[in-house]
Amino acid sequence: MTQDVFAGTFDCIIVGAGHGGSQTAVALRQSGFEGSIALLGAEPEVPYDRPSLSKEYLAGKKTFERMHLRPQDFWSSRNVELVLGTRVVAVDPVAKTVTLENGACYSYRSLVWAAGGEPRKLSCPGSELSGIFYIRSKADCDALLAVLPDASKVAIIGGGYVGLEAAAVFRELGKHVVLVEALNRVLARVAGEPISRFYEREHRDHGVDIRLNSDVKVISGRDGRASGVLLESRESLQADIVVVGIGIVPSAAPLLAAGAQGSNGVNVDAYCRTSLPDIYCVGDCAILTNGPGIRVESVQNATDQATTAAKAICGNFKAYDALPWFWSNQYDLKLQTIGLNCGYDAVVVRGEPASRSFSLVYLKNEAVIALDCVNAPRDYVQGRKLVETAAKLGSVQLADTSKQLKELTLETN
Amino acid sequence: MATISLRTRDGELHQFDGRNGMSIMENIRNAGFDELLAMCGGCLSCATCHIYFESVPPGADLPTPSVDERELLEGSDYRQDNSRLSCQIPFEQSLDGIVVAIAPED
Ligand SMILES: Cc1cc2nc3c(=O)[nH]c(=O)nc-3n(C[C@H](O)[C@H](O)[C@H](O)COP(=O)(O)OP(=O)(O)OC[C@H]3O[C@@H](n4cnc5c(N)ncnc54)[C@H](O)[C@@H]3O)c2cc1C
Ligand code: FES
Repeated sequence: MTQDVFAGTFDCIIVGAGHGGSQTAVALRQSGFEGSIALLGAEPEVPYDRPSLSKEYLAGKKTFERMHLRPQDFWSSRNVELVLGTRVVAVDPVAKTVTLENGACYSYRSLVWAAGGEPRKLSCPGSELSGIFYIRSKADCDALLAVLPDASKVAIIGGGYVGLEAAAVFRELGKHVVLVEALNRVLARVAGEPISRFYEREHRDHGVDIRLNSDVKVISGRDGRASGVLLESRESLQADIVVVGIGIVPSAAPLLAAGAQGSNGVNVDAYCRTSLPDIYCVGDCAILTNGPGIRVESVQNATDQATTAAKAICGNFKAYDALPWFWSNQYDLKLQTIGLNCGYDAVVVRGEPASRSFSLVYLKNEAVIALDCVNAPRDYVQGRKLVETAAKLGSVQLADTSKQLKELTLETN
Repeated sequence: MATISLRTRDGELHQFDGRNGMSIMENIRNAGFDELLAMCGGCLSCATCHIYFESVPPGADLPTPSVDERELLEGSDYRQDNSRLSCQIPFEQSLDGIVVAIAPED
């Protein structure tokens, strides 16, 4: 047990130097915040663009330097103290301090928790073998890249966005790829069935062996290294490496232990305030309780919530009301999502999936709540208005590609 | 060395050296300006890197915008004839002296 050592006071301490944390610091300064700011992060790197990890960085198409969210010297120029490579392990909301794993203890006036999440780990036998990789941090990705040249067969576990993006990169690199998904379709948690079926077909056409309804029983190994995946069906798939993308677990334990309300994440109000005084939470681990009541994992969400929290700290209370959006790149397919589809009760396919340019419109009580647009930026841009106005348009109209979505909006006005 | 002049949202003009081969978005970001969100990191998915070209050096050609870029720009309430997405334009020597302005946030 190390003794806590008092290391200093900051007017604002931000925990987590990812998308949400870095934007909190930027937005504080932009809002005229003159107090001292510390940005504490577990990763050793300056804040960087995480989505590139499963896309251009994995593919070797983008250097890490180009992924820096801000240049190296930006933080000191804005008088933001970066404390990197160390983790906050405890929060004392009464004394208003945070403690790092090395025992250093800092006091704060305001605290912003932006710690994101850790990849959910496999729990089946064999999970401890080497040769099993996750993709959340640069370190994760570098470990994978170090062995990738020698691997010819890759097994991916999990058919979410990260798994599918990785599959696309591995295929482009000429690897044999098998992708194992427990549910009956890929992207089941996040997208409607037509999107799932479209991406399954695309990946199969690109040579990915997709196994749906397949539970992993064991990661088999040889000499301590993963050598394949044994399914519950008893089928055994050979692999040189295993890449796992089965979602994240929010990194909120110290804050929850300090008494913040929440369970699978931290509950926040419209200003990103937690139930604890002067403690805010933004990004992947925040649950907006007056919104859909779920965690949203996207750069937009982390960035816009960070701005909301920073403004609130400066006394400018503007409720978070940004329209969610998201993207994913696989092969030459650009997916853009506008709105949140949770609770949808009907979908309309707009355009022909076989043409590789179409959109899926999500409806709830007949109103448009979200769109997934594949190679269809025009629908993405024009669909925004439909989501903003919760437009009620018939499915025949929505499916009619002879008209642009903005023409439909005009008709309803 | 080629320079970029940048008008920030407060109307002030700043000048800095551009790095060839990097996009104008990356150049603006790397010079320490923080008004450009560029949330998708330059992959043509967000339109938060919207700028105006105030002046282009004689003889220099900007790459024509792709269909995707044009459609994304159409979604901006602040689109003008000289609007572009700065992540789509590589900076190069011929653009020396270019003047760009950061568009208002949508
Ligand atoms: C491979 C991949 C691809 C993605 N692709 C997309 C995409 O295409 N589009 C999109 O919108 N979103 C995408 N996302 C999601 C997006 O990256 C996240 O939603 C976003 O990064 C969340 O920001 P955040 O600040 O909440 O968390 P993060 O960016 O994860 O930052 C949290 C930081 O806090 C650190 N930390 C954790 N615990 C502690 C602690 N106790 N003390 C100190 N530091 C701590 C972590 O190490 C991390 O650096 C992707 C994510 C991944 C992993
Ligand atoms: S940075 Fe997103 S479109 Fe340019």
